[in-house]
Amino acid sequence: MAELHVDVEIPLGPRRLSLTLRSRCPAIAVVGPSGAGKSTLLRILAGLERRARGTVAFDSQTWQDPAGAFVPAWRRGVGWVPQDGLLFPHLSVQENLAYAARTQVAPIARMLGIAALSARQPRKLSGGERQRVALGRALASAPRLLLLDEPFSALDRPLRSELGAAVARWAAEHAVFLVVVTHDSADVAALARESWEIVDDRLVPARG
Amino acid sequence: MQLDVLSAVRLSCAVGAAAAALGLVPAVAVAWLLARRNFPGKSLLSALVLGPLVLPPVVTGLLLLRLLGRAGPLGPLLDALGAPVTFTLLGAVVAALVVGFPIYVMTIRGAFEAVDPRYEEVSLSLGVAPGGTFWRITLPLAFPGIAAGMVLAFARGLGEFGATAIVAGNMEGRTRTIALAVYALLDGPGDDPRITTLALASVGLSLGALAGFEALTRWQRRRLEVDG
Repeated sequence: MAELHVDVEIPLGPRRLSLTLRSRCPAIAVVGPSGAGKSTLLRILAGLERRARGTVAFDSQTWQDPAGAFVPAWRRGVGWVPQDGLLFPHLSVQENLAYAARTQVAPIARMLGIAALSARQPRKLSGGERQRVALGRALASAPRLLLLDEPFSALDRPLRSELGAAVARWAAEHAVFLVVVTHDSADVAALARESWEIVDDRLVPARG
Repeated sequence: MQLDVLSAVRLSCAVGAAAAALGLVPAVAVAWLLARRNFPGKSLLSALVLGPLVLPPVVTGLLLLRLLGRAGPLGPLLDALGAPVTFTLLGAVVAALVVGFPIYVMTIRGAFEAVDPRYEEVSLSLGVAPGGTFWRITLPLAFPGIAAGMVLAFARGLGEFGATAIVAGNMEGRTRTIALAVYALLDGPGDDPRITTLALASVGLSLGALAGFEALTRWQRRRLEVDG
């Protein structure tokens, strides 16, 4: 069973975030108010924050240690889905999905309900469609650790829970460790089995 | 005076095109460094690149002559390579390249800076190494801006005068570009009608290049549009 271990400090504006987490639960939600540093935590896990100091380890691999060791983002096997999706604007939906695919794209597109969009350009998609394509692109890269930043914020309620359940199932079937940042309790319920919260620049187990 | 208008136009176009082509890789490399990396000496590199923009072209030409001319430190090497620059077409290309380099780099730097670096971060996080990310994301997204830089460098090379005259001279059929031909004719007796022809050719070429630049700049903006 994979373990995620984070013990880092990072400056965030005038503040200093101190994030400590150790868990073997492969479906973690991180909640907290806007600006608390949730997205920063995902960026640290993805290997995109060189300013973070401390330890990051996943599945008995050390990605970062206090002595300065640092495994770069492209060698971590993560799938990072930023909040606004960031689909590559010069590529079609199909090309975005296939960009770093290590597995078949078609079943993922079907699961996310985006199979019919494959020829479209990203700027012709709605916010919710973009989020689903960005999610599909990350899933197709067969990550070991999937990092979702408010993944369904642009979707309406029924689709949201349906997709939440589908992604949770997919993650369990493919042994993917999931960390989702959200402030929607339905996302937490659909995707996560353990919740953490950023309070006063620290990561603590969520109440309730 | 023996002076062929067509040859001057052809030479100008050849010099501009060669300067744009030879400068492409260094301009992209320097622009990328300035847009995406922080390193010691970055301000110095930026100042060196911009130098020819503020120096009188004649002085740039003089510095090039001192550096690359027969008596200069690099002269013997260029001679040995069979590529001397003094009073040759290559010299005109080098002069056009150096004088146009600042505008080349600045245009491409702007194109790189317009690309949201988070696209590159997404690519890296998906397991695509920095080289692949540059080829598949950064370069295609900045491509219209890079092409716009090429067009500007070409246009700047078309009309280069000061540095070209110093390094390459003003030799009919060999280094006499449009600007040098106009200068030679103005120096001659009377009002030669070829001056008007050359001026019109110059205006036409420049307007065409600017139209191309505008179209490419619009394409660059559209390429990075997220909505629409």
